Amino acid sequence: MTEASHRDHPLVQLTLMRFREFWREPEALFWTFAFPIILAVALGIAFRNRPAEVLKVAAVTPELAQALRQEKQLDVQQFSAAAGAEALRTGKVALLAEPGPGGTAVYRYDDTNPEGRAARMLADAAVQRAAGRVDPVPARDQILREPGSRYIDFLIPGLLGLGMMSNAVWLTSFAIVDARRKNLMKRLVATPMPRQYYLLSFLLSRLFLLFVEVGVTLGFGALVFGVPVRGSLLDLAALCVLASFSFCALGLLLASRARTIEGVSGLMNLTQVPMWIFSGVFFSAQRFPDAVQPLIKALPLTAVIDALRTNMLQGGSLAQVAPQVGVLGAWLIVCFGLALKLFRWR
Amino acid sequence: MAQREIGPAGWSNQQGQAQGENASATHDQSLAQREFRRAILEHMPASTTAALRVRGLRKSYKDVVAIDGLELEVRPGECFGLLGPNGAGKTTTIEICEGLTRADSGEVEVLGMHWDSHAGPLRQRLGIQLQETQLSDKLTVFETLRLFRSFYRQGPEVSEVIALVQLEEKAKSRVGSLSGGQKQRLALACALVGDPEFLFLDEPTTGLDPQARRQLWDLIEQFKRTRRRTILLTTHYMEEAERLCDRVAIMDHGKVIALGTPRELIASIGIEHLVEFSAGEALDASALARIEGIRDVRIENGNILMQVTALHRAVPALLDELGRQGVPLTELRTHSASLEDVFVALTGRHLRDD
Repeated sequence: MTEASHRDHPLVQLTLMRFREFWREPEALFWTFAFPIILAVALGIAFRNRPAEVLKVAAVTPELAQALRQEKQLDVQQFSAAAGAEALRTGKVALLAEPGPGGTAVYRYDDTNPEGRAARMLADAAVQRAAGRVDPVPARDQILREPGSRYIDFLIPGLLGLGMMSNAVWLTSFAIVDARRKNLMKRLVATPMPRQYYLLSFLLSRLFLLFVEVGVTLGFGALVFGVPVRGSLLDLAALCVLASFSFCALGLLLASRARTIEGVSGLMNLTQVPMWIFSGVFFSAQRFPDAVQPLIKALPLTAVIDALRTNMLQGGSLAQVAPQVGVLGAWLIVCFGLALKLFRWR
Repeated sequence: MAQREIGPAGWSNQQGQAQGENASATHDQSLAQREFRRAILEHMPASTTAALRVRGLRKSYKDVVAIDGLELEVRPGECFGLLGPNGAGKTTTIEICEGLTRADSGEVEVLGMHWDSHAGPLRQRLGIQLQETQLSDKLTVFETLRLFRSFYRQGPEVSEVIALVQLEEKAKSRVGSLSGGQKQRLALACALVGDPEFLFLDEPTTGLDPQARRQLWDLIEQFKRTRRRTILLTTHYMEEAERLCDRVAIMDHGKVIALGTPRELIASIGIEHLVEFSAGEALDASALARIEGIRDVRIENGNILMQVTALHRAVPALLDELGRQGVPLTELRTHSASLEDVFVALTGRHLRDD
């Protein structure tokens, strides 16, 4: 047998090291796999069987209260003018209906609050109908609560993206700073180890765990909440791999200079917290002003969550998420390249 | 993975393989020696024969001068020791030679090559043990060595190296469960896994208990005996330098202050033996200096310290003198001069603070 044929490949051995280090750390395992489930359960319960929104409103006179009670979506209480004003001010009710001069009705509410505006419309319709208005066009409601359009359906892809980001960034940065602190990195650099393999091993070792991680979250969502995956599973896997690589590269970049866990933690928070807020994990990123939308769309977490939702909820193909794939690819290349350049090898 | 059959007596290197896989240990050894000489002749420019040459090396950290114009030359096949107290600049020196730290100025040539132009080939040919490395606790001994082995183009099988450092029973144990001595032997194994031509050991036994230290010395001696490869080691233990090193450079404040074989260095201070004793306060020390064979009587920490050339005559004479003065002897120690005494003679300080 020749030397070359039985020789292990350094990249394989480095990746195995990463994998073993993680796999043999029970706490890390627990948080990686349990955390997304705990979060999904908590949020799923919070949003699952919530009855249709009932708005609390107050009326000052019995007549107005009577009129408002005809509307089932309003929870009406009768208060004195002073108590009603107080309830409105403290947010106990969304709207206060008072009689105005000459048989008019006055609605007091905060027009920047969506609940206030909704209450205004419902209250006015109820008051007008009670006074004898007949709607010229008869209308009928069709309630949409099927899988794919509920909050939990929106939430699971968000949590999946968030989990991939946190795990990749945390585990990568932590392992690098730890190796630097223990002089292990210096020892490895003293061997003929090709340095890019060391960095690549972080990306590859994520693959092992990614499938478990994604499988756990998706399986949980499907079994417990019936969250669908309407797109191709292969596309979904490709998206997850790409996203994971990009986040790993980000982790490498964040840890490229730091010597202490504290130092790298600051950088991680600085980059991750804005994404938790702006990338649409828990609510749609569309709510932010148009001016910042291009910036939000350029964030890797936004890209992966948008792409996951397109795949899972709308059954979209990879071609439909080409812009998001482009964003993730750009982050991967730029971060890995910068990390390779900036990396402190001791 | 298929493991290749383990060759006899440890190593079967590439040269050995070229000549036949199962060469006998002695054949292997003489072959290795011949191959080594050939390698030197082939790979080194005609003008150099040194395994390591350091000229005018300087390195400062902020306002501290760590190395101050250091000159060194290590010959192929020798075990060369850098001996000095903590802070003498030993680790900085060895790490510059290992290509891990950049010098401010000066020239370093390892195996006839420079780090700037030949880092890749050099890394393949060097074995390095750093002063403090925590290998990954979660990996086993075997997994760790297999990882390091994968970086080198040639070298022994992982199981051979494990046998060499006597960690067979621990091969499947996690690194985190090893004792200090076992960890240090694993670190040595990581340095040997590429069958290095030149081995760098930075304080290989610091922090070990005496038994573990002796075991590691045995391993290094065995490596020296069987491989005849060049070793550069740093230490602040004079016993270590005396036992392992063919030549020693004594370092202090970033400079070499003495160079030679341990024997030459000890002889250079003109002391053969030292006698140390405690006696009552009524002692007339000046009378001692007149005894034949006794030189340089000093008082250190309340004890009398004397340099002695002929122990067999000086000690009875000393006892006679104490008896004549009627002073009780409470403690008496003699030892042969060591590298420690060389350091004390040169600097007035001890190698270790403890």
